[in-house]
Amino acid sequence: MDLISPDLGLIIWQTIGFGILFLVLAKYAWKPILSALEEREGSIEEALSTAEKARAEMASLVSENEKLLQEARIERDQILKTANENAVKIIDQAKGEASKEATRLIEEAKAVIQTEKEAALTDVKIKVAELSLLVAEKLLRAQLSNEPSQKALVEKFVDEIKLN
Amino acid sequence: MARKIICLSILLSVFLMYFSPIAQAASGDDEDKTGFIMHHIKDSHEWHFATIGHTHISLPLPVIIYSSDRGFEIYSSSNFVDPETHTFGREHNGYFIDDHDKLRATEEGRSFVDLSITKNVAMLFLVLGVTLYLILTATKQYKRNPNRAPKGIASFLEPIILFVRDEIALPNIGPKYKKFTPYLLTLFFFIWFGNLLGLLPGAANLTGNIAVTVTLAMITFFVTNFNGNKAYWKHVVATPGVPLPLLLIIVPVEIIGLFTKPFALTVRLFVAITAGHIVILSFIGLIFVFESYAVGFASTMMVVFINLIELLVATIQAYVFTLFSAMYIGAAVADHGHDH
Repeated sequence: MDLISPDLGLIIWQTIGFGILFLVLAKYAWKPILSALEEREGSIEEALSTAEKARAEMASLVSENEKLLQEARIERDQILKTANENAVKIIDQAKGEASKEATRLIEEAKAVIQTEKEAALTDVKIKVAELSLLVAEKLLRAQLSNEPSQKALVEKFVDEIKLN
Repeated sequence: MARKIICLSILLSVFLMYFSPIAQAASGDDEDKTGFIMHHIKDSHEWHFATIGHTHISLPLPVIIYSSDRGFEIYSSSNFVDPETHTFGREHNGYFIDDHDKLRATEEGRSFVDLSITKNVAMLFLVLGVTLYLILTATKQYKRNPNRAPKGIASFLEPIILFVRDEIALPNIGPKYKKFTPYLLTLFFFIWFGNLLGLLPGAANLTGNIAVTVTLAMITFFVTNFNGNKAYWKHVVATPGVPLPLLLIIVPVEIIGLFTKPFALTVRLFVAITAGHIVILSFIGLIFVFESYAVGFASTMMVVFINLIELLVATIQAYVFTLFSAMYIGAAVADHGHDH
C-alpha cells in the first residue's frame, strides 16, 4: 500500500460509500433541509414585507384620517359660516319686514286717525250748525215774541222789497 | 504565544541534539523509532492502535478478495499474521501480505482485486456513519417544524449549510446552483468530518489517502463534464476568438486543463492532510528519538499547537475542495462561457 499510488480497493469502496452517502443525504437530508430553509426564508421575507405593507397602510390610514379631519374641519367652518350668514340674513329680513309692517301700521293708523278726525269734525260742524240754528231760533223767538218787533221786521222786509 | 512556543521548542531541540548523549546513541536505529509515521499515513489490512512492550493491540479486519477464477473470498487479516513476529507475512490460501502491507498472490501473475475492508475502508464507514447520523438527526427538526429557529445539531449545521449554499454554490455556479448544492454539501461534510475524525488519536488517515482524494476529484470531474454546456465544450475544443494556428496549441492545453483540475484537487487535499499528520507524528517521533523529558515537553506543546492548526486546515481544505468543485462546475454550466 504505497503513499502516492491509489489503491483500487479503496477507490471502489470510496465510490460506493460516497455514492450511498450522497444518495441518502440528497434524498433524506438536503432536500427537506434546503426546502425548509427556503420556506423559512420565504416566510421571513413575507413577514417582513407584510409588516412593511402594514406600516405603509398605517401611515396612509393616519394621513387619511388627518385628511378626513381636515375636511371635517373645513366643512364645519363652512357650515358655521353659512349658518352665520343665514342668521344675519334672517335677522336683516326680519328687521326689514318688521319696520315695513310698522310703517304700514303707522300709515294705517294715520289714515284711520284722519278719517276719524274728519268724521269728528263733520260731527262737530253738524252739531255747531244745529246749535247755531237752535240759538238763532231761540234768538228769533226771543226777538219776535212782541208785536212791535214783529211790525218792525215786517216793515224792514217791506222796505227791502221796495228797494227792489 | 505561538511564536514563543516555536522558538522555545526549536531552541530546546537544537540544544538537546548537540548535548544529549542519548540522542547520539538513538540516532543509529531511528528507522525503527519513526517507522510508525509512515505506517500510520498509509493504509493497512489491520487497525493497529498501540504496542505495549511486545504486545500489539490491533483490530484484525476482513480481507475480501475477488478473482475471476475463485470468486469472492473472505478471510480475517489475522490469518496472514505470523504468530511469532506478529507482522504480516504468513501465507494463507494462496495469498500473503507483503512488507508494504500489500496483498499478493503466491502464484506469480495471478490477477485479483483486493476489496478488503482495510483500515481506511473501516474509517470510511465510520465517517459515513457519523456524517449520516449527525445530518439525519438534524433533518428531523426541519421536517417537524421548518419555520422555527434551529436547535441542537441543526443549529450547528445550519450556518455551514447556508455557507455552502450562499457563499460557495450560489456565487460560483450562478442560477443553476440548486441542482449542485446537495453534491457540494455532501462533499463538504464528508471531507470535513473525514479530516476532523482523522485527527483523533488512533484514527486512520482517510482524507489524506490519495485513493480517497482521487475518487472525490474524479466525481467532481464527471459532474463537471457531464453537465458541461455547449459554450463550455466549444471553449475547450475551439476556443472562440483565437486564430487557427494558436488553436493548435490552445486546444491541447485546454484538454490537459480538464484533467489538471481533478489532479490539483486530488493532490491538494492529499498533501494538506497527510502533511499535517506527518508533522504531528514527527513531533511525537522526536520524543522517541531523543528520549528526553525536555524534548517531550516541547514536542507535546508543538503537537497541541499543530493540532489546533490542523483543526483549521481540516475546515479550510474541506472548504477549498468544495469551492474549487463549485468553480469548475460553475465554469461548465455558465451561460456565457469565457471570462478570461
